[in-house]
Amino acid sequence: MLPQVIFIILGVVTLACAVVVVASRNLFRSALFLAFAFVGIAGVYFLLEAEFIAGIQILIYVGAIVTLIVFAIMLSRDLMSKEARSVNRQAPAAAIAAALVFVVLVMALLQVVWPAATGVAPATLTADLGKAMVGEYVLPFEVISVLLLVALVGSIIIARER
Amino acid sequence: MGIPLEWYLILAAALFCVGLYGVLARRNAIGILMSVELMLNAVNINLVAFWRYVTPALVTGPMFTIFVIAVAAAEAAVGLALVIAIYRSRDTVNVEEVDLMKL
Repeated sequence: MLPQVIFIILGVVTLACAVVVVASRNLFRSALFLAFAFVGIAGVYFLLEAEFIAGIQILIYVGAIVTLIVFAIMLSRDLMSKEARSVNRQAPAAAIAAALVFVVLVMALLQVVWPAATGVAPATLTADLGKAMVGEYVLPFEVISVLLLVALVGSIIIARER
Repeated sequence: MGIPLEWYLILAAALFCVGLYGVLARRNAIGILMSVELMLNAVNINLVAFWRYVTPALVTGPMFTIFVIAVAAAEAAVGLALVIAIYRSRDTVNVEEVDLMKL
């Protein structure tokens, strides 16, 4: 009973924050509510017994990506644009399309009989992830570090002062 | 009785569609990037939920999620650098005004 109540509260809060992100006229408010949405999603990861992923979500998404977004907003000072419209002319069609995609997704996933949570989540998830990172998944691990290096160098070069 | 898997999937689908609307409808480039991050988070919720309910013994679900988070961080960094560069040369971050290549 209690996990379901907590999930409903978390889900409603996260979706409300997401709606503010996409609909707000003030870009800075969108960035702050994006941080709230990320924290709500981290709560969902805690409910799913993936504590390591929840910690990473807060560290990287809230701590780094939202900070990056706020920096970019400050460096491109267009908070309240002159026209003061946050959505373009195809917004109604986009809303209809998004609603249709949601309806199709929900209808598709309700057709399937999903398994109940009968398995037990491993208590040593972090340790297993660490072992897999240098064992079975060592190649993607090295590739992702090269990717992050390339992204770092590339974004510095793109955004530096001329 | 725990939380049925459909609830997590419906939450992820709703987040994905909210992000989809943001990508299609927002005029500010940074707003579009924020909506893309919402869509990526919806995918991550799906991955972790399926891992927990279908194969909790394997480590594939959270591993995939970690790589998605890393790629999203790299993409956000490069995308925001591009937005800053465009703002410096065109003095706008409105994607409707960056249309030099339009016919």
